[in-house]
Amino acid sequence: MALELIKGNTAVAEAAMRAGLVSYFGYPITPQTELLEHLSARMPELGRAFVQAESELGAINMVYGAACTGLRTMTSSSSPGVSLMQEGISYISGTELPAVIVDVVRGGPGLGNIAPSQADYTQIVHGGGHGEYHLIVLAPASVQEAVDLTGMAFDLAEKYRMVVCLLLDGFLGQMMEPVVMPDFQPVRTTPPEWAVGSPDSKERVVLTSINIDPPNQEQFNVKMMTRWEEVEKNEVRYKGYYLDDAEYVVIGYGTAGRIALTAVRAAREQGHKIGLLRPISLSPFPTRAVDELADRVKGFLVVEMSNGQMLDDVVSIAARRVPVDFYGRMGGMVPYPDEIANAIIEMIQGEHDVNADGRAKWLAKMRELVGTGE
Amino acid sequence: MQAEIIISGFGGQGTLYAGQLMAYAAMDEGKHVTWIPSYGPEMRGGTANCTVVISDDEIGSPTALHPTAVIAMNLPSLDKYEPLVKPGGYLIVNENMVNRAAVRDDIHVLMVPASTIAMEIGNERAANMVLLGALEGNMHLLAEGALEGALEAHTAARLKKFIPMNIEALHRGAEFQAG
Repeated sequence: MALELIKGNTAVAEAAMRAGLVSYFGYPITPQTELLEHLSARMPELGRAFVQAESELGAINMVYGAACTGLRTMTSSSSPGVSLMQEGISYISGTELPAVIVDVVRGGPGLGNIAPSQADYTQIVHGGGHGEYHLIVLAPASVQEAVDLTGMAFDLAEKYRMVVCLLLDGFLGQMMEPVVMPDFQPVRTTPPEWAVGSPDSKERVVLTSINIDPPNQEQFNVKMMTRWEEVEKNEVRYKGYYLDDAEYVVIGYGTAGRIALTAVRAAREQGHKIGLLRPISLSPFPTRAVDELADRVKGFLVVEMSNGQMLDDVVSIAARRVPVDFYGRMGGMVPYPDEIANAIIEMIQGEHDVNADGRAKWLAKMRELVGTGE
Repeated sequence: MQAEIIISGFGGQGTLYAGQLMAYAAMDEGKHVTWIPSYGPEMRGGTANCTVVISDDEIGSPTALHPTAVIAMNLPSLDKYEPLVKPGGYLIVNENMVNRAAVRDDIHVLMVPASTIAMEIGNERAANMVLLGALEGNMHLLAEGALEGALEAHTAARLKKFIPMNIEALHRGAEFQAG
């Protein structure tokens, strides 16, 4: 196995090509640009389509069109660009099309900055577009995991005819780590039976998200929800560290999750029985794993590079069985392990009040730590 | 074993490349390694730094508030990182680019006239390799000859002519031993 030292952005781009990406549409934005840059060079080399669209709106609607052929297509962007794509994502979902979207999240809100963040969780996991639909959301914590999940993203998108979002942050996009790249997969060039241009379809294929008749639309939504039940049954992924004897558990994903690992190890060295649960699929969320832990541990600490967006999901699952503390950094700031280690100690020495508001406690601390700038 | 190294200087001094060379060498040895740059407006002429973490195990955080070692290639980097080096760690300074000595006495300090040495062997831009040589020559994070091997294995063909000079720079740096 040949190891290569590659940046996260470049690695995802190369992995997508190896997974059989036929067409890519995108618009440059930091900290994601290397992804698009790599594909702009490599896709034409292999005779595949790379289009730099006029905007993110253009890109996502080109993906919509390309997805109607059922062939592998994707776009990538960073937070403000992904906001612009939300309408298109809803349309693609409402048309039951497979597509992959990469969001390399940066500091916000608004134009914000180009530093790493996880503040797009709510938008991506709980649906930033209109209507009831779900995305499968995968959140890697290393460059190798990003590569592996990229291939998986295309497989899942096709299996369930859904949009799959790979949720990275600027840190993962810019970081270099050794990776083993997968082999090139055979490229599907003939549309499947349901798709436009399929040689197997017997009648004219119409793919649309318009459904004028409400009873029909409702029926369709029941079908979509039923499919989502299957996804929830089959596609939950997470990684546990030191959970067997854990008395307290830190929950964090992506970059925050791996930084928390260092803090958890430090706490273990001091004799504290701390575990780490790192969700890999944010949607479907590892609800059962969190639920089971809530029955047997003394407390959770949720760590995010946001104001506590996943926190709300954990609080809801914990259902006041255990206190849920929170530590987050916002606006493009990345926590050091030391900060999380302190939050772990505070959790252990804390009041263990299941009714306490973890976010309010954290925010009071943040007002002292960084102030409000006023 | 885990070591965190920050390499910091002005853009153009080769801080990011020095870190990448370490990362390549660690990877070739089968170690876990991460390389993360500072990125953003500072890439265009301001300070540039990268953090390299080398470990025998799966790496958690790719950054460290208190790194095991710092290479400071200019005064702002010395001012910023000297207070942060982990006690017992290493601070390696390009003596030609600062106007003060280090003040910490609980860490190993190496003041290396890296720019002077680099000019002696042919190119001031090899100062990053002199400093990297000093770091590795004292800390022995990698196997003997690992950096030289990584230079041979991961240098683009058009730049291969610089390899002998870079290797000499590494060796000249390694001659500096912390007291």
